[in-house]
Amino acid sequence: MPYPECMHASLLAVEATRARRLKETMPRMSLAAKQQVLESFHPDYRAESFRPLAVGPNRGDRVPHELADLLEARSRIDPAMFDVTRIDYDTDVLILGGGGAGTAAALTAAEQGVRVLLATKLRWGDSNTIMAQGGIQAADKENDSPAQHYLDLVGGGGFVNIPELARALVTDAPAIIRWLEELGVMFDKEPDGTMRTVHGGGTSRRRMHSCRDYTGMEIMRVLRDEARNRGIQVLEFSPAVELLLDESGQCAGAILCDLETEEFFVVRARSTIIATGGMGRLHVQGFPTTNHYGATADGIVLAYRAGARLVFMDTVQYHPTGVAYPEQILGQLVTEKVRGLGAQLLNVEGEQFVNELETRDLVSAAIIRECTQRNRGVVTPTGMLGVWLDTPMIDIKRGPGTTARALPAMVRQYKRYGIDITSEPILVYPTQHYQNGGILINERAETSIPGLYVAGEASGGVHGRNRLMGNSLLDILVFGRRAGQTAARAALQTRLGALTLRHVEQYHHALAATGSLNGLIAPMILPDYTSPASKIRRQGGIPIG
Amino acid sequence: METLVEVLEKQSELNEAVQPRLISISIAGKRYAVPEGLTILKALEYAGYRLVRGVGCRGGFCGACATVYRVADDYRLKIGLACQTMIEENMYLTQIPFYPAQKATYDLRALRPAGDVFIRFYPEILRCLQCNTCRKVCPQDLDVMRYIAAAQRGEVDRVADLSFDCLQCGLCASRCPAEIAHYHVAQLGRRLYGRYRQPLAAHLSRRLAEITEGQFDDELSRLQRMSRQELESLYAQREIEPEETTPAKKDED
Ligand SMILES: Cc1cc2nc3c(=O)[nH]c(=O)nc-3n(C[C@H](O)[C@H](O)[C@H](O)COP(=O)(O)OP(=O)(O)OC[C@H]3O[C@@H](n4cnc5c(N)ncnc54)[C@H](O)[C@@H]3O)c2cc1C
Ligand code: SF4
Ligand code: SF4
Ligand code: FES
Repeated sequence: MPYPECMHASLLAVEATRARRLKETMPRMSLAAKQQVLESFHPDYRAESFRPLAVGPNRGDRVPHELADLLEARSRIDPAMFDVTRIDYDTDVLILGGGGAGTAAALTAAEQGVRVLLATKLRWGDSNTIMAQGGIQAADKENDSPAQHYLDLVGGGGFVNIPELARALVTDAPAIIRWLEELGVMFDKEPDGTMRTVHGGGTSRRRMHSCRDYTGMEIMRVLRDEARNRGIQVLEFSPAVELLLDESGQCAGAILCDLETEEFFVVRARSTIIATGGMGRLHVQGFPTTNHYGATADGIVLAYRAGARLVFMDTVQYHPTGVAYPEQILGQLVTEKVRGLGAQLLNVEGEQFVNELETRDLVSAAIIRECTQRNRGVVTPTGMLGVWLDTPMIDIKRGPGTTARALPAMVRQYKRYGIDITSEPILVYPTQHYQNGGILINERAETSIPGLYVAGEASGGVHGRNRLMGNSLLDILVFGRRAGQTAARAALQTRLGALTLRHVEQYHHALAATGSLNGLIAPMILPDYTSPASKIRRQGGIPIG
Repeated sequence: METLVEVLEKQSELNEAVQPRLISISIAGKRYAVPEGLTILKALEYAGYRLVRGVGCRGGFCGACATVYRVADDYRLKIGLACQTMIEENMYLTQIPFYPAQKATYDLRALRPAGDVFIRFYPEILRCLQCNTCRKVCPQDLDVMRYIAAAQRGEVDRVADLSFDCLQCGLCASRCPAEIAHYHVAQLGRRLYGRYRQPLAAHLSRRLAEITEGQFDDELSRLQRMSRQELESLYAQREIEPEETTPAKKDED
């Protein structure tokens, strides 16, 4: 057994209760009970972890300290020194971010016959999109409907989702799946073409479409391949560090930084789409994260400085099942599909304590309650807490071989550390997963700033205060396509005036005037994971390269 | 801010408690002492590297962190993903985050999933020497040589199935004596399979027609206008489709 001695007794308890649990389902909680657990145990309710913003359109709104720090930092660009007249690239549509939303926007804008330039931080496809395993929702089965999808969406989101955005999401969903089919995405299907669909947390119908457990990777690979076939121009290792406005206040492009040469490039664009993804790497409240290396909220910082409004930035999604053991992969995702396929959550005594298919916020809060207040978590040798996710139930319920076929990425992941998930349960604890809120958009992906559009995880409103699994891969494609369309059409009619950075200057002044300007620089671009000793050795000197 | 001495002291206390020892590894020819039990990626960072190339998802999905290494007293080169491979004492490593490879451009709509489609775009697959190096270096344990053989024969289904877990890390291409860009060949195969070998979903076509006819418009408009209370009660009454517990059917092939 690969698990250390101290966890053996609990493992035996899990095995002992299995036969009984096969016949048992935990009842779902009432809305009132649910609210009470959330308020007592969900990290979003820890008041001391938030503070009101000092300046900008959301002045006074609470956001996590880690984000407030970035929104109260100085730009990487000195507006007094930087020459915006030296234009390096001129384009119709500039897209920031090479994940699913950005690439879908690029394909759609290019279909309209305009010039498209996509700039991304690292390699094209290094993103949260490529990491998505579980699946993508769409109401396309007989017993389902866009209205049913709508109800699940807003119920999961706490009934505060912006109705127009919610409607756009569920209505476009089937067309998005068809678009992907026609591009050659390999969905899990029956031989006659029927989609093999399962439940996800918070769904009332089995509407999760998947591509084994590499759904996001498969979608990303195909979109990127198609964009390459279409010859769309892409700049890799070139993150945006600031937006440019023109004299009339419309968005007019961005400043990119070449991460290798450390030169700054000016891109003038008639339309600009932010598709920079989420903020997992801010490690809100010290949580580990499932997100990719570049998920540092850059788009939020850029848009906010330019005057765009944010919504729901006081809520963060913690995925209930992040890896709690082994240490090497701490915080990485155990896809919800594992629960969709029938694995139950168990405490140290091998007993269920929450219905595993409740919404993510509730399951996370219930796990935290089990491990803290009730003291029934499993303790690892390094003092981490976790609960069991009983993966062997999948093959028991659905027949041998199901796990291997449906979850090859997970089987491989755990095998590297000697754990066979088909015969042994795994240990999990909540991990920072998704940015529920973001930059406010309307159903055409427009922001309050003319010429600035947002799509994907960087945007906010469609998921309300909590996103359901499978609605984000959908969101990035629905609004990526919509943003590409709106931005391309608008570009044909836009006339730009002289470029300015006055908004950055004004933002700096406002911060200074309120005494809230801190010593930091934002956007962060990449987190610094070097050891504390190496950070100290770098202090006080000027880097050479 | 703590001083360097304080940090190092704290670290050595920590080392006694949970991370028993430092081991020596060689990164691109330079020696560093790092705590054992780290992945190569975390060891690079611990040693002070602020990575720009050679890192991406940090979770084994993006293929950006391909690494070549060997261990002491062994001439053999090994490979791994930096974010998924544990360091060993006296490991000599370097990352190859970029490897040039040619991708054919095509219009999928104009292709058919059979015959010489692979050879047309990637004639170099015929140069395969069957040395099996590609398979040996694949961090996903894919049978790369076999999918290249299938591509030679125009077997789209096998190419797609055998290559499905490919991360496009480029390690196979970096070692292939025939200069094949395996992962681009595989990509073509999977897209042909998804587009032409799997039938379009009929239930999806029906739903699209219903949407075009506006069948759900009224109901959606009603939902959009509902108060929170109304939505809450509707939500609470939702009937939840039972989970499927009969064994899932087998894959198509
Ligand atoms: C591990 C994991 C599993 C998930 N599973 C699912 C699932 O099963 N189903 C589901 O629906 N959702 C899932 N999600 C959520 C979903 O994958 C993401 O929310 C979604 O893919 C985000 O897409 P995006 O295009 O908005 O952002 P991303 O895919 O993250 O792309 C953003 C891109 O912008 C780039 N970028 C960042 N800053 C800059 C800058 N300053 N300038 C230029 N470029 C920049 C990034 O490098 C990246 O390439 C999962 C997420 C994770 C992390
Ligand atoms: S490495 Fe190249 S030559 Fe060798 S078996 Fe693989 S494809 Fe053929
Ligand atoms: S087939 Fe090649 S590119 Fe794909 S994962 Fe294996 S080694 Fe990497
Ligand atoms: S960093 Fe993405 S696979 Fe290693």
